Amino acid sequence: MVRTVSGQPGRIPGPESPASPAGPAGRHGPGRRDVPGARQRVAVFIRRRRLTPYALLLPSAIAIGLLLFWPTIQIAEFSLQNYGLPQVTGVAPTQWVGGANFSAILADPEFWLSLRISLIFAAVVVPLTLLTGTLVGLLLNRLGPKMAAFVSSAAMLAWATPAVSASVIFIWLSDPDGGVVDWALAKMPSWLGGGAHWAGFSWTNAPLPAYTLLTLLVVWQGFPFVAVSVLAGLKTIPAELHESARVDGGGAWRIFWRVTYPLLKPIFLVLLLLSIIWDFGVFTQAYLITGELGNRDEYNLGIYVYDRAFTMPPSYGIGSALALILTVILLIITIGYVRASVRQGAVQ
Amino acid sequence: MRLRSRAARRAGLNVLGVLVALVTLFPILWMVSTAFKPAREIYSLTPHLLPAHPTLGNFRSVIDGKVIGLPYWNFLKNSLFVTLSSVIASMVISLLAAIAVARFRFRLRTSYLIMLLIVQMLPQQAMVIALFLDFRSIGLLDNLAGLILVYTAFSIPVTIWMLRSFVAAVPREMEEAAAIDGAGPMRIFWRIMLPLVAPGLVATSVFAFIFAWNEFIFALTFLGTDTAKYTLPIYVTYFYGRGTVDWGSIMASSTLFTLPVLVFFLIVQRRMTNGLMAGAVKG
Repeated sequence: MVRTVSGQPGRIPGPESPASPAGPAGRHGPGRRDVPGARQRVAVFIRRRRLTPYALLLPSAIAIGLLLFWPTIQIAEFSLQNYGLPQVTGVAPTQWVGGANFSAILADPEFWLSLRISLIFAAVVVPLTLLTGTLVGLLLNRLGPKMAAFVSSAAMLAWATPAVSASVIFIWLSDPDGGVVDWALAKMPSWLGGGAHWAGFSWTNAPLPAYTLLTLLVVWQGFPFVAVSVLAGLKTIPAELHESARVDGGGAWRIFWRVTYPLLKPIFLVLLLLSIIWDFGVFTQAYLITGELGNRDEYNLGIYVYDRAFTMPPSYGIGSALALILTVILLIITIGYVRASVRQGAVQ
Repeated sequence: MRLRSRAARRAGLNVLGVLVALVTLFPILWMVSTAFKPAREIYSLTPHLLPAHPTLGNFRSVIDGKVIGLPYWNFLKNSLFVTLSSVIASMVISLLAAIAVARFRFRLRTSYLIMLLIVQMLPQQAMVIALFLDFRSIGLLDNLAGLILVYTAFSIPVTIWMLRSFVAAVPREMEEAAAIDGAGPMRIFWRIMLPLVAPGLVATSVFAFIFAWNEFIFALTFLGTDTAKYTLPIYVTYFYGRGTVDWGSIMASSTLFTLPVLVFFLIVQRRMTNGLMAGAVKG
């Protein structure tokens, strides 16, 4: 709010414009004299041209340019080529094939199946994650500080658990021989859906059970982030607002929709878009739970991309075309995310 | 009357909180408990939460490397090397960039920030195709240096964003006062910026650490044939992928892979808040 008088750090008088150009160190030996002089000339050049921020950004720009931008451009390029095993080994030349990869993909029922699986999965998992996370966030807000710290630490441990470990644990929990899930379901009374028929039930052999397991896994790992973000948002709402709403006779349900939700709407929008981006193409968990590669009727779009590119015989052209489709779908959602972030003032 | 109902409600909320924590922790507890169970108990018809006769046998066979032919330490070393190198690299690179976007106003600033938001969302299973082909042509496959490069580049869009707010929180007046006292930009950086941003660096490095430690798809693709180069995530799935499924070994290896990152996360989480609060009081 209060602006300082000397707002520009570059204008401060100091050793940045020293009166003695080389300093005493420069006079010791004849050969050393040029080194600090040259370095200083570069420094002066950078400062005069106001290049300091660009110099500071340079390392990150190079890393992102080489390892994120360049591969994206290459994928676009490969998607229009017949890039496969003969081209890698040099038996046959790489040729431009126009849109042939894309028309092959659009004619492939496996592509449409994987797209449908990804869409349905995101449509189920994203609301479940947001609902669970919001409920836990509301709970954390009502707990005492110590209890809240304990519960949020426990939840964040699920978030920090590596995807590989989490997948392996869930596969073991639901294992037909010795898994605790089938045992518990078999013990449960039949009016809760339990019963002896659950003993030895295999969760990973068919698409629907496998994706049920995957849903539980992704919600388990995803809700803590939502809960902690919602909690951070709730802390910014003044307590008087809730108090006065309660005095006016609003129930918890009414207060949530009339007071809390409108105020947290920007946070929910960002969480919604992030969850869609993360869950639509989920790879590691889906890859392990559906039994690595091979069960083609259980592929989501992320696994289908990987399988088409790398499974022998590799087809980097088709794989790149699929990767481009996945990237474009995610970028469309990302534009919404960026706009929501900018509207919230994140890019100040 | 009213007081009692409030106390009852508080107790109810606490019970609910404990329940949420237990349900969330259950899979992790089950992993650790299974790792300590002898085979007889693992495949028992009535599973118990805690092992009746705890054994270190699963850990011993994993650490000795009976199945994979190499001891656990080999893979721990690989994972630590890759993770620590990429965390250090991404911290240095993103601190420089964070200072640029938090302390300077320049023409491309907003575009750069928005670009960082967008590239965070590029799907890894798309990028891995092009990077695999690039790395093959320059000999970075089956090479841990290749993973370090990728992990650094993929974490910096996030870490710049995180560090940016920590740099912005350092009071500008302190830097200006030091400049008036005759400190140069390098001195201001080492004496003022770095100590005050240190808690932020720790918080940010946790995210870079978790990303690199847990990463699966690049490691899976780049470390194809050379078992000795595997990082821990690939090592764990190696046990899982061998026809005969030995859940004792899998849970033991998964525990040895997971617990370090969880313990690290818990320690740093507490220190992080302490550091942040100490910084706030001093500043």
